[in-house]
Amino acid sequence: MATTEEIKERIEIPLIAETLTTERIAYLEGLVGQAKTAAAVFTQFTQEDVDRIVKAMALAGLEHAQHLARLAVEETKLGVMEDKVIKNMVACEFVYNYVKDKRTVGVIRELTDRNLSEIAEPIGVLFSLTPITNPTSTVLFKCLVAVKTRNAVVFSPHPKAWHCCAEAVKVMYETAVKHGGPEGVFTCVESPNLADNAYLMKHKDVGLIDATGGPGVVKAAYSSGKPALGVGPGNTPVYLEKTADLSSAVVDIIVSKTFDNGTICASEQTVVIDDEIYDAALKKFAELGAHICNEKETRILERGVIDPQTGFMQPMAVGQKATDIARFIGLSVKPNTKLLIAPIQGVGSDHPLSVEKLFPVLAVYRAKSVTDALKVCIDVNHAGGLGHTAVVFSRNDEVIRKFGEVINAGRIIVNSPGSIGALGAVYNDLVPTFSFGCGTGGGNSTTDNVNIHHYLNIKRQARRTQNHMWFRVPNQIYFNMNAVENLRQFQSSCTIVVTNASLERIGHVDIVRRNICPKTHVHVMVIPDAEPENKVISQSVETLNFYKPDQIIALGGGSVIDAAKIMKLKYVSPEADLEYLAAPFLDLRKRVVEYPTEKANHARLIAIPTTSGTGSEVTPFAVLIDKEHGRKVTLADYSLTPDVAIVDPQFVMSMPRGLTADTGIDCLTHALEAGVSNYASPYTDSSAVQAIRLVFTYLPIAYTHPHDEEARCMMHNAACIAAMAFSNASVGVNHALAHAFGARFGVAHGRANALMLPHVMAYNAAVPTKFMPSPYSQGYVAHKKYATVSDLLALGGHTTEEKVKNLIAATEQLLDQLDFPRSIAELGISKDEFERIVPELAKTAFDDPSWRSNPRMPLMSELVELFWKAYEGRNAAEVSSPKRQTV
Amino acid sequence: MSTMTVFLKGDEECVVSRLQEAACSLDGVAGEVVLDLSTIRRIDSVGLRALEDLIRAADEKALKITLRGVSVDVYKVLKLLRLTQRFSFLS
Repeated sequence: MATTEEIKERIEIPLIAETLTTERIAYLEGLVGQAKTAAAVFTQFTQEDVDRIVKAMALAGLEHAQHLARLAVEETKLGVMEDKVIKNMVACEFVYNYVKDKRTVGVIRELTDRNLSEIAEPIGVLFSLTPITNPTSTVLFKCLVAVKTRNAVVFSPHPKAWHCCAEAVKVMYETAVKHGGPEGVFTCVESPNLADNAYLMKHKDVGLIDATGGPGVVKAAYSSGKPALGVGPGNTPVYLEKTADLSSAVVDIIVSKTFDNGTICASEQTVVIDDEIYDAALKKFAELGAHICNEKETRILERGVIDPQTGFMQPMAVGQKATDIARFIGLSVKPNTKLLIAPIQGVGSDHPLSVEKLFPVLAVYRAKSVTDALKVCIDVNHAGGLGHTAVVFSRNDEVIRKFGEVINAGRIIVNSPGSIGALGAVYNDLVPTFSFGCGTGGGNSTTDNVNIHHYLNIKRQARRTQNHMWFRVPNQIYFNMNAVENLRQFQSSCTIVVTNASLERIGHVDIVRRNICPKTHVHVMVIPDAEPENKVISQSVETLNFYKPDQIIALGGGSVIDAAKIMKLKYVSPEADLEYLAAPFLDLRKRVVEYPTEKANHARLIAIPTTSGTGSEVTPFAVLIDKEHGRKVTLADYSLTPDVAIVDPQFVMSMPRGLTADTGIDCLTHALEAGVSNYASPYTDSSAVQAIRLVFTYLPIAYTHPHDEEARCMMHNAACIAAMAFSNASVGVNHALAHAFGARFGVAHGRANALMLPHVMAYNAAVPTKFMPSPYSQGYVAHKKYATVSDLLALGGHTTEEKVKNLIAATEQLLDQLDFPRSIAELGISKDEFERIVPELAKTAFDDPSWRSNPRMPLMSELVELFWKAYEGRNAAEVSSPKRQTV
Repeated sequence: MSTMTVFLKGDEECVVSRLQEAACSLDGVAGEVVLDLSTIRRIDSVGLRALEDLIRAADEKALKITLRGVSVDVYKVLKLLRLTQRFSFLS
């Protein structure tokens, strides 16, 4: 056995950095240069080329396994030759078996369902440090993995294991080149020292550092500023739980801890044994060749193998036989002793043997309970073993699960030997490796068993996905004069009619009552003719809960129908929190909040609109006034959509002219905005275009001849059809502006829309300052869609630009026909006042979710500009014209 | 001024010998050397060394080297080795 000083010198890398000479730098540059050329040439290799070389290398490694193991033991004086042969063979055979069918060139994985492809990109030049404890096996492993991934490696073996490593590199290199591998694919730094390593770690052509070794090497790698895989020390806790198969567990622990004299850093360090089986376990260990130390021997062992100054293991013991260690420190043991076992009473500096011991010395602890055992295992884990490896022997799944939860280790080995188990592919299906990622606990970037995927840049090619779209409307829509008669088909034991006083007064409620299925108990709930408030909703829901209706009929304009939607929501799902459900969202299908699905009550909602504009009878939206906080809350969910819509024009025949114009233009705005929306689809386009056509044809007639049944009927249909379009395609920036302006100055929604509409059309038809990201649309088509509408309305024009201009002019003409004020100024709002309020209006409009589907993303400055255009009014087409460009 | 055009064809050994020949025949050339790589799909370390020797020889005579028909794979090799700036490229 070597002296302490000799072995200490062998284990530790020289700590004094030397200044590199010019010649040394040239030498190192030469190595990297060769590797760089090899890596570049390697990029041209196919998967078949690579696989052919890897197979030949694996066979060469197997052929030289014994030779290299012998060299390693002779040079390092560590470990067991026979075990090193096994390690070399595992490094070749098991690693080859794992990588052989894996793709590492070109497309390595197709995720067809996600339209993704993963493509391998080699790293290039790797700088690899290899340890003294597992020298040749680590080199063989890294060479195979490097070639499989088309990388070149500059090796810097531990100085005290240089010759055996250099021989391993030579075997692999010659085989690789013989089978077509690039020249210079592996090189090995001669007489490496810290200065060389520091230089290479920071070399611009080194893509990745793969450092396997002690904490100093790992820390240096991570401190270099280069991407690094640093794999350092561990301190493996083992829990031997009372339900374990004791015979098997004891053999496994001995196999593992004595394998290569305990040099694998994943080997067992402290075995925590349940009190119930503690004595039996130690007896079995003793029977199988372990020496159980008494208290005095334990003290001797502590002093002999643990450095009292540093608290770490004595280098002289690393990789030595149990009998040699015993002899060296003055313990008397049997000649066939495999393992020295020392009972400890705790973990930490007062218990020196609780640290990592890369030699066949094992600490054992008697645990009073599962809790006690797990706590001690956690202590061991935190005493230098974070992120590395842990072992549990148990038949109790709950104990195994709990152990896995509380121990921070990249590899948690169950009912098998720690060291060989952690290497992977022998006792389990872990990825085979000679580099254990220890996660952040160990200062590493991964907890994985390092293998090919860590030697690749994996590029993800993401093809554009065709997002699913939808077109959702009520199951049943009845329309045309006297459509209300269809109410009779809906059986109901109790129906609540939600309406407002004026509609009751003019007899609309009676018409509805007459058409409700006979024998139905009908109650009329009159609510204020305004956007619904929290208080109104609460009181109304109380009424619903009293009568327990199975049918709710909403008869009224948008406000009444919205109120009925919210009432139904609260009646059916009393736990619905309206404020929570109104949380902002970008995409209805991906939003954070979920509407309740459990139903306390069931009721059919039938909407009968009495205005031709909002289209609330088919939309999934409802607006609520939150008076307490002074704001409007918009609820949006398809569960809010009425079950049945009855679009009967008899209820709008008496609409006043002003309301006819306002609601009509609201309808037109819905259709135009849905038509150019980023969520538009062929389904919504057909609705939008038809609604626009109906509005241009019939709104002027309905306005000037209110009793024209056909015009009223068509406008009523137009409102419903436009709503079907915007329910599914949403609206745009016009609504955002109108909401902000209307709320601030108390201007009716339709009228506010009208003030903005021509200017917004011109704005959307121009080349956007900022395009709106949208997976649903391809290219910028708003101007083309306006032109299509213009063609359908036969407005003339030869170019897209002319057609857009004509559509805007036709819209302005329609607004004139309807006697709309054509500027905000006409409303009597002074320029000074407007100037003062515009910044706030722009902010409010920007916060409005309506514009999220607008084809053009509005800048704040553009919102201000649009407000000013609306203030000044008129000639939107003329103003927009010079800005048109070809898209 | 005369231009020398070298067609690189055949296996990697042939390519190397053609490059070496070209490097030795630059005396009569006064303008540029055009290397036609249209049929070359892969270049190895030896070929790269020969190419670098040719670059040096051309530099000494202030000749420009133009590569014609370089495949994407070979172009990537030249790019990784930062050699692209040494050449002009013709498709």
